[in-house]
Amino acid sequence: MPTKIEKDSVTGRETTGHEWDGLKELNTPLPKWWLYVFYLTIATSVLQFVLYPSFSYGPGYLHGVLGYTTRQEVDQDVAKIVAKRKADMDKIGTLSFAQIKADPKLLEVALVDGKQVFASNCQPCHGAGGGGNPGYPALAAGAWIWGGTLDAIQKTVTYGVRSDDPNARTSAMPAFGAGLLTQPQIQAVADYVWVTFYGNKADGRDVSEGAKVFNANCAVCHGVKGEGNKLMGAPRLASQVHLYGNTREAIMAQVMGPKMGVMPAWNTRLDPATIKAVTLYVHSLGGGE
Amino acid sequence: MAFRNEFFEKNAIFLLVGTLLTVAVGGIVEVVPVFTVETTVEKVQGMRPYSPLESRGRDIYVREGCYTCHSQQVRTLRDEVERYGHYSIAAESMYDHPFQWGSKRIGPDLARVGGKYSSDWQYAHLKNPQELVPESLMPRYAFLAETPLQTYDTVARMKTLRMVGVPYTDEQITSAESDLRTQSDPTADQTKLLARYPKAVTVPGNGTPTEMDALVAYLQMLGTLVNFADTNTERLRQ
Ligand code: HEC
Ligand code: HEC
Ligand code: HEC
Repeated sequence: MPTKIEKDSVTGRETTGHEWDGLKELNTPLPKWWLYVFYLTIATSVLQFVLYPSFSYGPGYLHGVLGYTTRQEVDQDVAKIVAKRKADMDKIGTLSFAQIKADPKLLEVALVDGKQVFASNCQPCHGAGGGGNPGYPALAAGAWIWGGTLDAIQKTVTYGVRSDDPNARTSAMPAFGAGLLTQPQIQAVADYVWVTFYGNKADGRDVSEGAKVFNANCAVCHGVKGEGNKLMGAPRLASQVHLYGNTREAIMAQVMGPKMGVMPAWNTRLDPATIKAVTLYVHSLGGGE
Repeated sequence: MAFRNEFFEKNAIFLLVGTLLTVAVGGIVEVVPVFTVETTVEKVQGMRPYSPLESRGRDIYVREGCYTCHSQQVRTLRDEVERYGHYSIAAESMYDHPFQWGSKRIGPDLARVGGKYSSDWQYAHLKNPQELVPESLMPRYAFLAETPLQTYDTVARMKTLRMVGVPYTDEQITSAESDLRTQSDPTADQTKLLARYPKAVTVPGNGTPTEMDALVAYLQMLGTLVNFADTNTERLRQ
């Protein structure tokens, strides 16, 4: 029930004029400063409504007097950083690898950039520091499938391996399990590879039969001594670093129905200078030729 | 002081009407922009409805709650554009019901993940993320590779999507089941599939996809559809 506004005799303050069952409420207004700040926020919101993009209606939306968009802003931000890096990136893009390496400051820039690019693009497959993962070759071990020179790495990264790019590196190991070799021959060649190249004990196994099968079927690509062939992307078998693991089962599986590693082409995602930077970084990991 | 609280407090009808009017203003401000939402979708080349397999993969993505850890939105911030690529635009999620922009990034943004990795990697990573990324917090989804994809309702799902505005053609709907098989069978002729759904990525298999096959087809498509080469911020503006 509204009552008359009156002065409260105890506190000396005014009441609001409301009464509930005989209880009257003291009028405690918001502090003046708070109230004015509140009015100010309302005023600024109107201002923002006018200045910035705000409300969408029939044919479009209110663009605001300033014409501001976050998209333009990010374009400008990117343009700014590109301009800042331009001098260095242009040099990295145009100079030869030898010239870049001769300029310690430039090399430093390339390696820092390359490291960061590697972490967000390559690491999920090739592992931290290029340590490798099953099916994804180690890049720091010096056991190269396609080649560890700067030019070879640059080519691999640019076009990828068995990617959609027409210039991609590509090759295919035949599926010997699909009738090319008999089961005993496959067992024999797996024994031979496992013992002679992967360096395991023969344990009384006779690998001479396997050697014959190997020389007749596999040596064209992997080499008589298991040294591999970079032109074919056939990995070195005489090594301790293997793409698909060290077990005899892995060799068997590869001969029966081979896995063929795919690496995406990076020329669609990274510009040429950035690819050179990441190439230099990969080369510096410890395996570079 | 003609209009004091007292007036409304004493006249219930006026209180009701007054309340309604006040709430209506708020409602209009919220609802009107939604009616005109089409005008905020950029006109770009390349965006198309999802292929049946991709669309089912998207259902798995939603069901498994991938969005609780992954966003699909490259924001207009320099570091994001540098890391992930072109910022996301509204057109890219116009066939999403609901959109998968997400709000939390425990893992990386996935808006441009299509083609970044090989399909082999996607399978291996979904089965056991820690094998490839030892410090990964992502759960293992190996069971998806053992679960056959439920396909009997493919057409019904596409029709439902058409009802909410995805422009599937009659041809796309009648060929849905064969398209779904084709996209999960590399030995099949892909010409017609690719004519209906350009850039669709075929996943390994024999035509009876698992849930993981569908998910990988979806992931490999993400962010690859719109052709950004022939557009720019100025032209994207409405
Ligand atoms: C989807 C996984 C994946 C990603 C991501 C990836 N790679 Fe690869 N990469 C591979 C695979 C698989 C091979 C081996 C291909 C083969 O079997 O011949 C390879 C091979 C290579 C090779 C050749 C190795 C050799 O022994 O000759 C280099 C160099 C390389 N990658 C560098 C990179 C760089 C740099 C990046 C990042 C810009 C990268 N890779 C990203 C999967 C990947
Ligand atoms: C046409 C060339 C070719 C022939 C012939 C061939 N291979 Fe291969 N082999 C390859 C290629 C290429 C790879 C690499 C696969 C990859 O990069 O994913 C490979 C990979 C392997 C691997 C896996 C190596 C690793 O690091 O894990 C083994 C083992 C192997 N081959 C054994 C054999 C045996 C045994 C034979 C004969 C029965 C044979 N290959 C014949 C091309 C060939
Ligand atoms: C608990 C959070 C979590 C959930 C749920 C999750 N992820 Fe992830 N995801 C991550 C993290 C963390 C990473 C980064 C490390 C890695 O690559 O594993 C990641 C990485 C990825 C990547 C690689 C992205 C890139 O650019 O490197 C893909 C693709 C992916 N997740 C897909 C999925 C899918 C599909 C699902 C649902 C089936 C899913 N994730 C569910 C946390 C999660």
